[in-house]
Order: sequence, then C-alpha cells, then structure tokens
Amino acid sequence: MVNYYVRRTARVFVTIFAVMSLTFGLIRLLPGGPFTQLRVQLLRQGLPPEEVNKQIANLQNVQPDAPLWVQYFDYMSAALQLDLGQSIHYSRPVVDIVARAAPWTIFIVVVSTVLMFAGGIVLGAIQAYWEGSRFDTAVSSVSIAGMSIPFYVLAILLLLFFSYRWSLFPPSGTADPSIENQWSLEYVISVIRHGALPILSYTIVGVGAQALAMRGNSIQVLGEDFVEVARLRGLSDGRIATRYVARNAILPMYTGFLLLLGFRLGGTIILEQIFNYPGLGLELLNAVNRNDYPMMMGTFLVITVALVVGVYIADLTYGKIDPRISKGDSSEAY
Amino acid sequence: MKHTESDAPAEGLDWQSESSGANMTRGDRLREFYERSIYEPGVVAWSDMRTRLGLLLLGVYVAVALVAVLGLWRAPSSSQAPRLLGMFENWAYPLGTTNSGVDLAASIIHATPDVLLMVLAGGVWATGVAVIVGTLAGYKGGTVDTVLMSISDFFMAIPGLPLVIILAITFSPENPIFVGVILTINYWAGLGRSLRSQVLTIREDSYVEASRTMGTSTVRILWKDVIPNLMPYVTVNFVFAARYTIFASVGLFFLGVLPYSDPTWGVTMSRAYENGALFVPAAAHWIIAPMIAVVGLSLSMILLGQGLDRVFNPRVRTRLAGESESTAEEGEETTSKGMV
Repeated sequence: MVNYYVRRTARVFVTIFAVMSLTFGLIRLLPGGPFTQLRVQLLRQGLPPEEVNKQIANLQNVQPDAPLWVQYFDYMSAALQLDLGQSIHYSRPVVDIVARAAPWTIFIVVVSTVLMFAGGIVLGAIQAYWEGSRFDTAVSSVSIAGMSIPFYVLAILLLLFFSYRWSLFPPSGTADPSIENQWSLEYVISVIRHGALPILSYTIVGVGAQALAMRGNSIQVLGEDFVEVARLRGLSDGRIATRYVARNAILPMYTGFLLLLGFRLGGTIILEQIFNYPGLGLELLNAVNRNDYPMMMGTFLVITVALVVGVYIADLTYGKIDPRISKGDSSEAY
Repeated sequence: MKHTESDAPAEGLDWQSESSGANMTRGDRLREFYERSIYEPGVVAWSDMRTRLGLLLLGVYVAVALVAVLGLWRAPSSSQAPRLLGMFENWAYPLGTTNSGVDLAASIIHATPDVLLMVLAGGVWATGVAVIVGTLAGYKGGTVDTVLMSISDFFMAIPGLPLVIILAITFSPENPIFVGVILTINYWAGLGRSLRSQVLTIREDSYVEASRTMGTSTVRILWKDVIPNLMPYVTVNFVFAARYTIFASVGLFFLGVLPYSDPTWGVTMSRAYENGALFVPAAAHWIIAPMIAVVGLSLSMILLGQGLDRVFNPRVRTRLAGESESTAEEGEETTSKGMV
C-alpha cells in the first residue's frame, strides 16, 4: 500500500512537470513566436534593444537570446518558486492576480458542485424507490431535458430574466463595491446574491445527470441480496435506505464528484465571462484577448495543478471510503 | 456491459443456422446479416420513444443542413430584411432579424452543416482514440499499458476548455473537422481509461482465452471478441462526446476565441449578447434563436444515447428473438451509465 501511495505521489509531480513543460512549449508556439509582437512594439517606442531584451526576460522569466535549454531551465526553476512572471497588462506579478481571482472561482465551483450532487442524490434515490411511478417518469424526462441544456444557455436565460427583467439579482461582479467592511454580514449577503446566478446555472444543468446516475446505482443496489437479507432481518426501512442502499449507491459517484470539480474549474471561463465575475476563468480569457502571455500561461498552469491535485485526492481517498477496493492498481479512481 | 446469461438462450438456439453457414448461399447470409445486425436492433431502437424522438430531431437538423448545402434558403447578409423583427412576425423571416437586418433563420440554417461536421469529427476522434488506446492498453498490458495510461493520465490532467482555448489561438482552426478534433483533443483520455478497465475483465473471459489458445492474432481477437463487447459503452459515449463538442464549440465561438468566416450559432449568440439582447426586450429573440438550435441538437443526442443503451441491452434484444417472454418485464429498466 505504501508503495502505491509513493508511486501515485510521484506521478503527480511527473504530471505537473509535464504540464509545465507543455506551457513552456506553447509559449514558444504561440503566434508570432515568443514575444515578437511585444518586442517590435517596445523597439518602436524607441527603447534600446538591451533594455527591451531585459524587459522581456523579466516578463517571461526567459532570456530570448539564451539557448533553448537555458530558457527552459530558467522558466522551470522560476515556476517552481511560484514566480510565474509579470502580467503585461497589469504590470504586476501573475501570482498576485491569480491569488486574488482563484478564491472566487473556487467558491462558485465548489458550492455549485456540492449542491448539484446533493440534489441529484436525493432526487435519484427517491426515483429509485418509486421506480416506474409518475414522479420517476417526470423527473427522468426533466433530467434528460436538463442534460441537453448547456450551462451558459441557462446562465444567459437566468441573467435575462432574474437580473434584467425582474432585477432580483445583480448581473455582474462578486460583491457590492460600496461595502467597506469585508467581515460584515452585509458583505456576505452581497457575495451570496452576486454568486447566486452563476452557482444556480452551474447546478441546475448538472442535477439531472447526477439524478439519473444515482437512480441507476440505487436500483442496482436495491436488487442485491444483502438488501433482501437486511429486510428479512427486520431492519427499519430508514436504516436500510441510508446505511445499505444509499451508501453503496453513492460510492461510485464519489470519484465523479472530484473529477467534475476539476472539469468545471476549466468551464468557468464561459460562466465568468457571462456574469463578468472576476475569477480565474475571466482572467484567463482577458489575458487571451490582450495577448498577455505570462498571465495566460500562469492561470492555465494554476487551473491544471488544481485539477491534478483533485484527481490525486480522489485516488488516495477512494480506497479509504470504499473498503472493498484496497489493493494496488485497482484503487485508481477513474 | 458484457453478454450476460440472459443472452445465452438466443445464441444457443442460433448455433444451427450458424454451423450450416457453409451450405448457405451468399444471399442467405446477407439476409441473415441484415436481420441480425440491422433489422432487429432497428426494431428495438424504434420501439423506444426516445430513440424515435432523437432520430426525428437529428433528421430535422440533417434536413436543415441539406437546405443550406443545396442553397434553398437565402444566405445571411446585412440589410436583407427589416431590422429587429420578432419571431414569427413575418413569415418570410420566421425567426426574426437582427439589428442590422440579417435574417436569423438564414444565419442559423447556414451554420448547421459545419456544426454537424464538427460534432461528427469530435465524436469520431474522441471515441476512436479511446477505443484504440483502451483496448490496446487493457489487452496487451505490461509496458504498452504503462506507457498508454501515463499518456492518458497526462491528458486527463489538463483542463479541457483552457487547453482548447490556447490551442485555438495558436492554430486558428477554420476547418470544422479540425475544430471538432481540437475541441475533443483530450476528451478521449477518461473514456480510454474506463474502456481499459472493461477490457481487463473481458480479457479473462473463457472465449477470449479460447481464441488465444487457438493462436488467433491479437488484432483479430480485439476486433472480433473484445470490441463488440465494448460497443454499447462506446456508442453511448460517442453520443456524449458529440454533445460535449456541441457545447464546447458554441461556448468557444460565444467567447470569440475560435476564428470564423461565416457566423456560427455561438457567434450569433455572442453578437446578440454584445448588442444588448439581454436588456432590450425587442432583441431577446436574437439570442434565444441560436440557443434553441443548440439545445435541440444536444437533446437529440441525449435521446439517442438513452435509446441506444436499450439496443445493446441483451435482455431487451432477447425478447425480440421470441425466446424468453418472462424477461419482458425485468427488461424494462435501462441503465444510465457513463453520464457525467
């Protein structure tokens, strides 16, 4: 077992290393080569070439004249020290901006994913118990319909009705900027009101798929012998439902939960653009539109590392949560 | 989903027709192939409401694409119609017009062929690579397995949309097929991994072992014994990959990171959004029309996926073979695996 943990941990570092190399490669691949455009622009402003080179080296942690392997080495060692270079647009370290933006994105993604799973599990369990009932059919149909709606379509519709037509929720931002005290209840309420629509649109479209998955799992578990035995032993329905059925039905969904967290972390780009919500995704998109390469690669790297760590946690904890799976490779989550 | 015991009766009956294959004429064999592989699954599929609806919807999109390809509807251009007509106000412009007088129906119809191509390319690429990687890794094991799984781990670790955005601005893909491939550039990884774990169990089945002892080549075993057992899972996931491609492509066109020459659904949405379709009630239809196009297409995909799941469900198929009436009731339930 120890051996497995060591191997798995080593793989995290290998993956992060590989992704860092990929970002380095992509920087060089990007249109116009590394910073050609910027250099032309700076030269045109009348700066001496040495000065230009120095500025670019500072921005990207790369000296454009150095041989490729030196550039690579510099980039990697800087990134390891959490130095992701300077944002061209903000003229500030990328790490600062990422640190400011990340909590908002994490807030939206975690809250919406938890809500989605909670809703899906409850709905799916009820459906499984009342299999074939009108409720079951209705929820299944709605789930299928919900699965075919992309979250951004729902987001736009929510924005259209709840913000612009009925003015129930603010259309953009993370909190009311006029509130000074960040530790007051007022501020918390403002944050929730601003986050409500993005969270809702992310939650609602996912509930259906989770409900269907939970329904399928529960129906399967309900047919197992141990449930029958539990009934014969005269255990209460509530105990059977929670301890025997729900537990076994939820287990396979657990890894999906952590993987989805990571997956949605990337998807917030569109969501944050629609709600103008200044999280990681919006920063990434703005960086793309402004040709702010250090910013772009920095946010990309951060989102990736978050995903890698999420999958890692899923793998390590899965064996703990599901005692049936405890041997070697089989404990891998996906 | 492997062939389970409930599949056995049908196959047990059919052994006669199969063993007399040498005496059959080619026409007989063709007819049998048609009955077994096309007609029977077709009947099962058609008997399901969801497949029927899904196919119908998809048919509508194909028809619309044909209309565009054959040029039966005017091409979108500005000032071809009165400005900001609502939906169904004027039957010459059923979906209304934009603020620069572009016929919305025209821009949606003419974007359809590209969308369908993109979706097909995305689905084929994602599931194709996944099947190759998953079966090879699972069946071969050893070094091949380690290498392939490390590669797919790497691809799984990269968040999809940000990677696609960066690739999109690097390569500026215009060809819809290329866009489809880029959108699902790392979608195959997760699917490949789950296929591998299925292959691991199939590999141990007695019929595969039998083929191996007979000295059948790896490719033939994979093609004849392993992949057919994966087909249900693959088909359902093809549909999900296709849905993902639709969502991602429209989303990225909406963000404006994919280049375009003709406005796609996402571009129409984005223009409506930028021109205040959200606060100007008279322009709301502008943003809603492309949304309906997106949702309809993905709904057809989901319905097809749910219905096809039944086609491969051996219990439902056996019923059609006229064998076990008794399984009719328990066969009603459908599984909904592989849904994220």
